[in-house]
Amino acid sequence: MNRLLMLAPVLTVAALLGPVVAGLVGVLRPALFPVTDGPASLAALHGLLEWPGLGPAVRLSVVTGLAATLLSLAIVIGLVAGWSGTRAFRAASRVLSPLLSMPHAAAAFGLAFLIAPSGWVVRAVAPLAGLDRPPDLPIPGDAGGLALIAGLVAKEVPFLLLMTLAALPQANAEGARTLSATLGYGRMTGWIKTVLPQVYAQIRLPVYVVLAYSMSVVDVAMILGPNTPPPLAVQIVRWMADPALGQRNLAAAGSLLQLALVVGAIGAWRLVELAVAAWGRGWASGGRRGQRDGALRFLALGVAALPALAAGGGLAVLALWSVAGYWAFPMLLPADFTATSWMRHAGGLAGAAGNTALIALAATGVALLLTLGCLEAEHRRRRPITAAGLRLLYLPLLVPQIAFLPGLQVLLLHAGADRGAVPVIAAHLVFVLPYVLLSLGDPWRAWDDRFATVAASLGARPRSVLLRVRLPMLLRPVLTAAAVGMAVSVGQYLPTLLIGGGRVATLTTEAVALASGADRRAIGVFALAQTAAALVPFTLAIALPAWFWRNRRGLHA
Amino acid sequence: MTPLLRRLSAILAFGLAALSAQAQPDPPDWTGVLAEARGQTVYWHAWGGSSATNDFIAWLGDLVAERYGVTLEHVKLTDTADAVTRVLAEKQAGVDTDGAVDLIWLNGANFTAMKQRELLFGPFASDLPNHALVAGDDAIAVDFGEPVDGMESPWAKAQFVFMYDSADARPLPSMQAILDWAVAHPGRITYPQPPDFVGVTFLKQALVALVDDPAILARPVSEVDFAAVSAPLWDYLDRLTPVLWRQGRSYPASGPAQFQLLADNEIDLAPSISPGEASAAIADFRLPSTIRTFVPAEGTIGNASFVAIPYNSDAKAGAMVVANALLSPDVQLRAQDPDVLGYGTVLDMDKVPPEVAAAFADQPRGPATLSPAELGTILPEPHASWVAAIEEEWSRRYGVTR
Repeated sequence: MNRLLMLAPVLTVAALLGPVVAGLVGVLRPALFPVTDGPASLAALHGLLEWPGLGPAVRLSVVTGLAATLLSLAIVIGLVAGWSGTRAFRAASRVLSPLLSMPHAAAAFGLAFLIAPSGWVVRAVAPLAGLDRPPDLPIPGDAGGLALIAGLVAKEVPFLLLMTLAALPQANAEGARTLSATLGYGRMTGWIKTVLPQVYAQIRLPVYVVLAYSMSVVDVAMILGPNTPPPLAVQIVRWMADPALGQRNLAAAGSLLQLALVVGAIGAWRLVELAVAAWGRGWASGGRRGQRDGALRFLALGVAALPALAAGGGLAVLALWSVAGYWAFPMLLPADFTATSWMRHAGGLAGAAGNTALIALAATGVALLLTLGCLEAEHRRRRPITAAGLRLLYLPLLVPQIAFLPGLQVLLLHAGADRGAVPVIAAHLVFVLPYVLLSLGDPWRAWDDRFATVAASLGARPRSVLLRVRLPMLLRPVLTAAAVGMAVSVGQYLPTLLIGGGRVATLTTEAVALASGADRRAIGVFALAQTAAALVPFTLAIALPAWFWRNRRGLHA
Repeated sequence: MTPLLRRLSAILAFGLAALSAQAQPDPPDWTGVLAEARGQTVYWHAWGGSSATNDFIAWLGDLVAERYGVTLEHVKLTDTADAVTRVLAEKQAGVDTDGAVDLIWLNGANFTAMKQRELLFGPFASDLPNHALVAGDDAIAVDFGEPVDGMESPWAKAQFVFMYDSADARPLPSMQAILDWAVAHPGRITYPQPPDFVGVTFLKQALVALVDDPAILARPVSEVDFAAVSAPLWDYLDRLTPVLWRQGRSYPASGPAQFQLLADNEIDLAPSISPGEASAAIADFRLPSTIRTFVPAEGTIGNASFVAIPYNSDAKAGAMVVANALLSPDVQLRAQDPDVLGYGTVLDMDKVPPEVAAAFADQPRGPATLSPAELGTILPEPHASWVAAIEEEWSRRYGVTR
């Protein structure tokens, strides 16, 4: 038991870094030394530079990534600075947190159905504007990537908000607010001057995750992004799929470029951080109180409500399409309702849902075991995780998926181990594990050690302290971490597609495959099922502890 | 690959080969094929963007399970090239048995690529019992200029048509008339973004209609002056693109993606490569009932859809059973039903029993489907090598909007 426990951190690092490093090696090789005949060395990179779409594709990747991150961060800071500690704030966070579990693809489909020229928003105003045809507007898929940015912001605001909420207690936000209010500072100015510097230090890595993700996302970009040309990451997937082998090298070279772009963007972001901090020190000590922030506060609240509205409206319109009979523009509601779409997809839905559940349960189960092992080992050795360890944990989330998954696929293929669910589960584990560790770490460490001391003095060994005292008391955070892990697994598109060799169909891969056919009824069915698959574990994480501890009032914290 | 990895994968491959000693069926021995197929699972890689085709394949799966004990798994692709890449990558990695793909729905460039790289099992097609019923025409013997040679088996026929909304447009007699109409009605016509199959077929249709001498298109593109021959096509597109839907800054992702645009009244005219597809889409609400189809008087190109078996499949017998089942009259009749797929049959009505021929003749065509007489002359596809050349030039000229 003890030795096994001590192995947990090693296994965790191997599960996290092995695939990433192997994948990067696999990508590096064909990028620099192409596998086809012809001039060796940097031929693939030359080919990449000759692609006429390279400039716009790179610009899209960088601009949408930076804009989505900046906007998401600004919305979260505005909301927390203007409203933390109020009832409105608690209500807003309750509305926004379920959005976290909504898969990216489902949220993107919902948004697309809302804002397209034939979508709900235009239908609502069509009678007033006298439209009988949808306007010829390039939405979604506008060349500037605005729709893509909107879709990313809708998903990243809940993520950054939750990370910020987790960081607030350590920053003593309440005390700082009272103090700054006493000194006459406005709510927002006071929070930004006193709390933000501490909080930002803690959410810096999540911000980088958002930046790396937004720059290299594939599924959301396929649904909401432009196509002439698409962002770099989508083009890499297209090259991967081309029957001409030379394109494979192009894809590898593109992956390297994508990696360099993300590294460069994070570096640039860090430089701007330093500059803002230098300027901010002067601003903070300048003494401006910023008391008249009423309008700004309400603006912040209004803007923060947009992601929730978009997701809620998107879900509603997805649900309508899934039961729609004939539904032409500009009818606000379908002419008739039918269960045909659900019945015709029932078979495929059941198979995909089964695969989704199997992979999510397996990946989350392994992730939970490793996480508990790491945390318990840390507890018994009395050596908390170091900053370097934390950075390691974030690495798989910072390296773009498109940069290492193609290489990993090729390596697995060579090893003959690219078949079935097991490699897919291992690939999902790379992304599930960090989230499980991050969401369980804080509540685990916050547990009062004196319970262990009391139990030990009653004769309990460390093992029964863990199994009979600590785990039962921490059941809710453990289940919540599991739900986070399942939601992450459900939403994975590229790892399932590339590592599964197309044979492992999940709700997400089915939904994105249907996107090319633009059958809104089928998309509605699969996107709803996908959302349900992510939401059910969260509901269980809330309901199960309440039921288990129905006669233990002290555990209803 | 390191020597250790290479050795490991060799050992693994050997082990797999030993496990599956029956990996090479003998196509002429059909009884043997049937016996071997029982219990096999066939992974059919086929485009998965259309609910109608997905339903049809699921129905076929039930049928072959019941009749032959073959389990059919539909691997839903977003692009057929994914499956070709997959087999190619496996061959390069030395995975010569138990490949991921057992059957591919393909034709044209993908078939040529696989045949020339020796990625296919066969010849097997003419050994299928139902092959005796198949029509012997050119569209089935030659796939985009590449001789089929029994390396793929046909299952559906397609011919290029235009779908139009009869509430807003009329049939047009020529490609030139279509351009004139588009200029008069900007933003009301589009085509799927190449390399999508339907989009490329639209470009080929325009090319065939616009070149002075279409016969030159039967030759491989490397033998002709591509720039000179294709110049009329680019002139045409230069004038068409500014009046396309979204001014040509955005294109639908696929053929069926155009249905949504027609249904929302975003466009009035769009290409299709299946004469019966529109009727099928009207039947399940995806298209308004006012949609009809037409072919320009100059005629349109036609081709067939095939299935092929990769060389490294471990379920070749099962795959052959599926390919044969696809050719059985009841399956062909169902595929042609406008409420199901509306795909043209590949069977020769003179070779099937009279009652079967009668059933095909009696089948209602659906409101938007033209009769064989109205569909008119089928023009031959350009040689397969034109596809890549056209795609490349298109993406250079229009793939990056400025």
